[in-house]
Amino acid sequence: MSHRSAYNAAVTITAWIEFAIADAEARGLPALRDLLSGLARSTAILRAADWNDDVSAPSDSRPAPDAR
Amino acid sequence: MPVEGETISALARRLRAGDVTSEAITEACLESVAAQNDSLNAFITVTATSAREQAREADREFAQGRHRGPLHGVPISLKDLLDVAGVPTTAASRVRSGHVASKDAPAVARLRAAGAVFVGKCNLHEFAFGTTNDESAFGPAHHPVDLLRSPGGSSGGSAVSVAAGMAYASVGTDTGGSVRIPAAACGLVGLKPSHDEISTAGIVPLSFTMDHVGALCRSVEDAAFLYDALAAAQPGNASPPAAHVRLGVPSDYFLAVLDPEVASEFDRACTRLRAAGVVLEDVAIPHASTIAAIYLHIVLAEAAAYHANTLDERPGDYTDGVRLRLELGRYVLAEDYVRARRGREVLRHEVDHVLAGRDGLLLPSLAVPAPLIGATTIRIGSTEEPLRPLMLRLTQLFNLTGHPAITMPCGRTAAGLPLGIQVAGHASATPALLRVARTIEPLVASAG
Repeated sequence: MSHRSAYNAAVTITAWIEFAIADAEARGLPALRDLLSGLARSTAILRAADWNDDVSAPSDSRPAPDAR
Repeated sequence: MPVEGETISALARRLRAGDVTSEAITEACLESVAAQNDSLNAFITVTATSAREQAREADREFAQGRHRGPLHGVPISLKDLLDVAGVPTTAASRVRSGHVASKDAPAVARLRAAGAVFVGKCNLHEFAFGTTNDESAFGPAHHPVDLLRSPGGSSGGSAVSVAAGMAYASVGTDTGGSVRIPAAACGLVGLKPSHDEISTAGIVPLSFTMDHVGALCRSVEDAAFLYDALAAAQPGNASPPAAHVRLGVPSDYFLAVLDPEVASEFDRACTRLRAAGVVLEDVAIPHASTIAAIYLHIVLAEAAAYHANTLDERPGDYTDGVRLRLELGRYVLAEDYVRARRGREVLRHEVDHVLAGRDGLLLPSLAVPAPLIGATTIRIGSTEEPLRPLMLRLTQLFNLTGHPAITMPCGRTAAGLPLGIQVAGHASATPALLRVARTIEPLVASAG
């Protein structure tokens, strides 16, 4: 990953999961901790995928939109 | 009297010939429910009175020479997510207690118009949000071969009702594999048509992007009968000879984590297919490693949105596990949901690409045999794998992309647990998939 994407991934997902776990515990759902950790791993996979939109990329490099 | 394992096709011939009445067959199914449901827990609601009325009406019509089609007078069951007029739709949840449907779901109305007899509403994983039927307000359904095992889910009760002879078929829903998983686990045929072919109105949703109505039954021919009735489709043409069938086998990700007996039976089935002249070619889905992440973000977010009010108002009415997963969905960020929707488009194009010039894709249906009730992990080789993602691994792609897919019986483990093989077809071409499946069905069934 580039320095930029590593920064975004490390800060945003980390901050998100810290908030989510704290929120879940405050709502009386500590059992969500492990599920949230699993979701965070999936989110990291999603964000690292090479098909994600890139504002700086040429517009014709995006996958064709689906009519369905 | 019913013949064990009898198909709708065979029963329809007997009904048409007057060899048996719908009333007698329906009564036999109801007796089977009474004898087995305490141990199998396949049904939540048994609609015995209305089933008898429907059966007698079918017999009256037969006597008048009126035949509506192959489903006429045939006892079937319905997953308890589908509305049937005057009957509760529980979704296997206390959240829905007191609900009674005011009218048939359109899919149910079509089955009724086809003359099907409704035996009852089947148990399921609560709100279809699971792969085992373990989490249900009415208790788990039990596998007919081994009561300690799950029949798979979420349409577990549906699968049990057919496998145990309580109904000739069942109509369920499939969001990540919930028709194909229990069908494979219980030795049945399970069809998930193309997305949007069959209305999901009047059916409790899990994910509007990925919900499909599907059928569990005993043969591909029976699946075609159900599809024709549900989709108001025209019957298909003759099936192609095996030597004219060309299938892609997506390896790598899809064959990477399999129970050894599943892998072995799949290999043997491929050998039989090749011997019959079927062409099998390795293909790749380049972004297969992102399937689970894409699926998870879509199903969590959409399910959480649907359940938001009741999660706030009556959280204790959910089973613990389902409640937690619904709550998890409330933490999916909008930007990640959008990323998942984009990824879905990419996968759809990739599946279309590998289908080009081929009749379908061939892969196992379920990576493991039916698991023990309550299991959260399963051992594959030396690794303890999380169960839920493994149950979904081979089916969820075609929910994301909307391509039709069907599972067929493909041998058993040494312990007698059924296994399944899956074929996926071109988008919006379910009839073509069914024709190919008819060709390979006898070839993939175990020779031993």
